[in-house]
Amino acid sequence: MFNIDRRSLLKGSSALALGAALTPAQLLGYAKAWAADMKFKPEAGAELRLLRWKRFIQSEEDAFLALIDAFTQATGVKVTVESEFMDDIQPKASVAANVGSGPDLIWGLYSTAHLFPDKLIDLTDVADHLGGQYGGWVEAAETYGKGDGGTWINIPICFGGNYLNYRNSMIEAAGFKTVPEDLEGFLEMSKALKANGTPMGMALGHASGDGNAWTHWALWAHDAYVVDENDKVILDSPEAVKACEYVKALYDSWIPGTASWNDGSNNKAFLAGEVSVTNNGISIYQKALTEGMTDISEDMDHAFYPVGVSGKPTELHVAWSLMAFKYSKYPNACKALFEFIMSKPQYDDWLVGSVAYLTHPLNGYDDNPIWTSDPKRTIFRDCAKRTLTAGGKGSVGERAAAALADFIVVDMLASAATGQTTPEEAVKQATRKAKRIYRS
Amino acid sequence: MLRYRLSGLLLSGQTAKMLDAATRPAAVAPVTFWTRLNENRNLLGLWFMLPAAAFLLLFLAYPLGLGIWLSLTDARIGRAGEFIGIENFTWLWGDSVFWLSVFNTLLYTIVASVIKFAIGLYLALLLNNNIVFKAFIRAIVLLPFIVPTVLSAIAFWWIFDSQFSIISWALIELGIIEQNIDFLGTPNNARASVIFANIWRGVPFVAITLLAGLQTVPQSLYEAATIDGASKWAMFRHITYPLLTPIIAVVMTFSVLFTFTDFQLIYAMTRGGPVNATHLMATLSYQRAILGGNLGEGAAISTAMIPFLLSAIMFSWFGLQRRKWQQGESDD
Repeated sequence: MFNIDRRSLLKGSSALALGAALTPAQLLGYAKAWAADMKFKPEAGAELRLLRWKRFIQSEEDAFLALIDAFTQATGVKVTVESEFMDDIQPKASVAANVGSGPDLIWGLYSTAHLFPDKLIDLTDVADHLGGQYGGWVEAAETYGKGDGGTWINIPICFGGNYLNYRNSMIEAAGFKTVPEDLEGFLEMSKALKANGTPMGMALGHASGDGNAWTHWALWAHDAYVVDENDKVILDSPEAVKACEYVKALYDSWIPGTASWNDGSNNKAFLAGEVSVTNNGISIYQKALTEGMTDISEDMDHAFYPVGVSGKPTELHVAWSLMAFKYSKYPNACKALFEFIMSKPQYDDWLVGSVAYLTHPLNGYDDNPIWTSDPKRTIFRDCAKRTLTAGGKGSVGERAAAALADFIVVDMLASAATGQTTPEEAVKQATRKAKRIYRS
Repeated sequence: MLRYRLSGLLLSGQTAKMLDAATRPAAVAPVTFWTRLNENRNLLGLWFMLPAAAFLLLFLAYPLGLGIWLSLTDARIGRAGEFIGIENFTWLWGDSVFWLSVFNTLLYTIVASVIKFAIGLYLALLLNNNIVFKAFIRAIVLLPFIVPTVLSAIAFWWIFDSQFSIISWALIELGIIEQNIDFLGTPNNARASVIFANIWRGVPFVAITLLAGLQTVPQSLYEAATIDGASKWAMFRHITYPLLTPIIAVVMTFSVLFTFTDFQLIYAMTRGGPVNATHLMATLSYQRAILGGNLGEGAAISTAMIPFLLSAIMFSWFGLQRRKWQQGESDD
């Protein structure tokens, strides 16, 4: 039945080794080979609906849809893929869980699955199988994936890295060979860049992706957290005040207007050469490459956020989690899809298509060619290993999601940075909001 | 039945009436609710009103009631929640962001509505004159209202961008300023920018509606006033304005309601930023209820809008329409 042979296997492997995507025929060949030996057998006549977030990188979506198409052809399970804006996924998933009807699978972010754990199919067997096959899960994936009972209620099938994007020529002109790896050095570089007429800028407005990413890093880097391990609010601390003061000092040396920036503003400003350093996923670099902006793509690179007082990375990267609902008539087909998506070589192929916008949660994909085909993408390989989870020290449930959605940390730092309140007052206001969200 | 009627024909009138009264309950078909419904004018009226009433109950009263109920619960998306009394409101009472959103909403509504009225009335008076290409110009005036709000909001987002604003660019090119204006990055600039965008969008509605009102003012009144030697201002003050008042009441009621409940412009341009400086009650409600998942608190913010909206309606209807002369009495 399946039409894969030694030649196509060799061709596919060599294509992936070079960082190129598989052809549809190769992908189908692998899919059919996988289907002959799949662990979870779909129900007869199964059809699935999958709701995902609207893509940010066209080639990622193309690769994903190709993967789904290969699954359908190999198993006969028709999968309808719908997409919605990232922020609309969580409300839709909640409503689907509540009314017991909707897409069989929903691909959301961070903690969505933890809003309704008892409505979701137990995926422990899938997670154990995949973990066993591909070198185990990164710690953050386990935290996001498991519910209170220790069973897997969703699978973070990938992470979205968010790192510093910088212009080599500009930081060199300001006297820096690389981005400093400590907080003080980073601030000094920001000041030097401003003095040189090439300021930095990161989103300090209600930017759910970029804004939340760097502000949480800044807070955690000062060893300040919204809650402790027991979800007790501990924000009102000298460390949080220090974080506010640090961000104010950074903000004062930035390009004007960052308090109004949303998730797209920093991309525009960086690509226009208006800022020398910002934070973002791979999308700025990818746009520069695909649109032939060689002056940017050749001059730019990516760097980790500086490590703070704890001596460990305190980064926050997006976790993209896929969940399957109990109301689905075809739970085995759902599990089969999980297995298929995350198995080699199709997952490898998707990673190549996502051009480092997405990062694997299974250690066995560290050797994907996308991480070495272009050194400027390599840094994103480790984001899933380095990230803290949405709650910081606390749980990843609905309260962590609500705190992110309400921009508690962003607003606290923005309020202090723009001088609307003192750092102390900003921390007190944020603490009050956090206590409301984390009330028992 | 047939026998009774035939018998009735043979009997004298009085006897027939007695017999009629005595035998009707048993002999005549009972008057059912259905027949009464079909014959009674009041009940029939009620019958005809039912679809409209059902529509209002289903799509207006029920959501409103549900919203108020939700505001008294700790409901989250996907979960019904429990009754917690006015806890959401007491929390909001001490929430500085909520009060900031109330302030922003009032500022946004009052400033935008007053300016929209002034410009709208001015435009309506201009367009009421005989000018060349009148129909074409009237159509042009409507354009901002026709463009989908989100599109115009995105256009304004670019116009007011902190790095790529065409206004900043033009002023720098003209040598008037040296660096970009931070339109959306500082609180007062951001408020002014979103109010400007709202005015741009809202003026056509006011202008065209008032123009319709102006055209209902009888020309003979102006002719009589002209003969009496009235000035232009006197004609406006004593003819145009009084006769336009009912339309003004309607148009400003709607304008205030639209402005007070605005969402799209703010959400597309600033998402309530910087640091909540442009959060309106509607956008804050959305952020807390839908994005944050806290339906109860979001519903409480929405419910808190009701008294303001009712006040605006009351002011328009009882303030602007209380002129007794409109009913033939002297004004007070």
